[in-house]
Amino acid sequence: MDTKRELLSLLSTDARESTEDIARQLGVDPERVEALLDELEAEGTVRGYQAVVDWDNTDDQHVAAFVELNVELNRETGYEEIADRIARFSEVESLRLVSGDYDFAIEVTGDSMQDVSQFISNQIAPIPEITQTVTHFIMETYKEAGIDFGDRDGDDRLSVSP
Amino acid sequence: MTLQPNDRVAGVPESGIRKFFELAEERDDVISLGVGEPDFSTPWAARSAAIHSLEEGRTSYTSNRGMSDLRRLISDYSRRWDHEYDPETEVLVTTGASEAVDLALRTFVSPGDTVAIHQPNYISYQPGIEFAGGEPLGVTTTAADDFALTPAALAEAGAEEADLLVFCYPNNPTGAVMDADEIRAVAEFCVDNDIDVIADEIYAALTYDGDHTSIASMPGMRERTIVINGFSKAYAMTGLRLGYALGPAAAIESMNRVHQYTMLSAPTTAQYAAIEALRSCEDAVDEMAAEYNRRRRFVLSRFEEIGLDCFTARGAFYAFPECGGDDEAFAEDLLKEEGVAVVPGRVFGESGAGHLRVSYATSMRELKTAMNRIETFCRNR
Repeated sequence: MDTKRELLSLLSTDARESTEDIARQLGVDPERVEALLDELEAEGTVRGYQAVVDWDNTDDQHVAAFVELNVELNRETGYEEIADRIARFSEVESLRLVSGDYDFAIEVTGDSMQDVSQFISNQIAPIPEITQTVTHFIMETYKEAGIDFGDRDGDDRLSVSP
Repeated sequence: MTLQPNDRVAGVPESGIRKFFELAEERDDVISLGVGEPDFSTPWAARSAAIHSLEEGRTSYTSNRGMSDLRRLISDYSRRWDHEYDPETEVLVTTGASEAVDLALRTFVSPGDTVAIHQPNYISYQPGIEFAGGEPLGVTTTAADDFALTPAALAEAGAEEADLLVFCYPNNPTGAVMDADEIRAVAEFCVDNDIDVIADEIYAALTYDGDHTSIASMPGMRERTIVINGFSKAYAMTGLRLGYALGPAAAIESMNRVHQYTMLSAPTTAQYAAIEALRSCEDAVDEMAAEYNRRRRFVLSRFEEIGLDCFTARGAFYAFPECGGDDEAFAEDLLKEEGVAVVPGRVFGESGAGHLRVSYATSMRELKTAMNRIETFCRNR
């Protein structure tokens, strides 16, 4: 694996490592790590660094829903144009074109179920090309971004062994 | 007096690991770099296959040599290291690689035989040789040679007279790896002096910066080598106890003679897990190896910053730095003062004295804290 690829793999596991610690793990200078990070950001490979939050462990109200969208295309409007209109809403956390029974899968967040429902009915459903929306409220998150929310870590190995 | 152990058993001392285990167990804030097994869980696909086999009630004995599907998969897997072993006659599935080592020693060592063993080395070989009635002949490897075994070291120890050599690279405790040329030189020594080899390759899949070379793939070596490997380290399956031996048909037949009367067959549930591991867990192994490699570089780089000399370990999940003095006192003080457990090198043979075995089979988070504590400890010393 080249260093750049390995840096990506490391960041995908833990983006909060210090430059020095990343450099130690990759066996390169910290300056080289900074240069690679700049490169990855500039070329649009790395789009951001975020925490994976288990909102259930906070006092905040946090509601999320997956929404299926069906669209009807015409000569003037393709997927890209519709996607662009949807992506601009800050309530939309993710937006993907998918294969199967519907076209777009989006994730929407808000402070309450009413909040999310109103956003869908007031902002998304009225878009002319959208023919149908199906909203699935998320009831429980078990795993996100590769991180299992179940508390099953705990090292039961012998503390010293041959 | 009743139930007195025989002389062979009585003559083998208790492992030096034990003392550190007990010291480490005394307090609960210890970060242990003393663990000789992966910190990862067995890949879920393998665990899931084992669970399914239990649900289906597949809990009877298997054929002595192991399930035929598993032997075929092991034979295929081993081709990556230029091995060609017939799954029907040249593969024996065992209860951990440990059983395979014990079987090989009991099968090929006659009372009074000299068994050469490079040191520092994994703690079970020497007692195993003694239980089998053999006489261990220690061959010193040093940091100057990156803990590789050399014909010169073999000759100096008088190993021309040896009947058997126990050979383990990538090595526990040093993390040393030998490259093809170095292994070829040892192979020539063995052929020239008619020495058989038990090659414990349990860490083969955890070789960094290059590929593992098996001594059995060298000219003239296949017929005189038993290759031992297993699932414990690469697939993080230590507790499932599954390993195997590869060798010429007659040799495997002889080992199976002992195995069939003492073990009957390796654990059936573990065999189901191993079949799935070989079928679908290659990516998981690669990911674990990549993570170990990152930790390896991190630890080596930290030792350099701290100022502890450490040769570049290229395999397994151990670093073997010099501690600049009495390794046992260092390890004991480090544990008491900073709550970091490591294993003194002397436990692995006299030539390990002055070194520490530092296992990086521990999360990056813990490794960072542990290395900071080692740094503080060294500053205050």
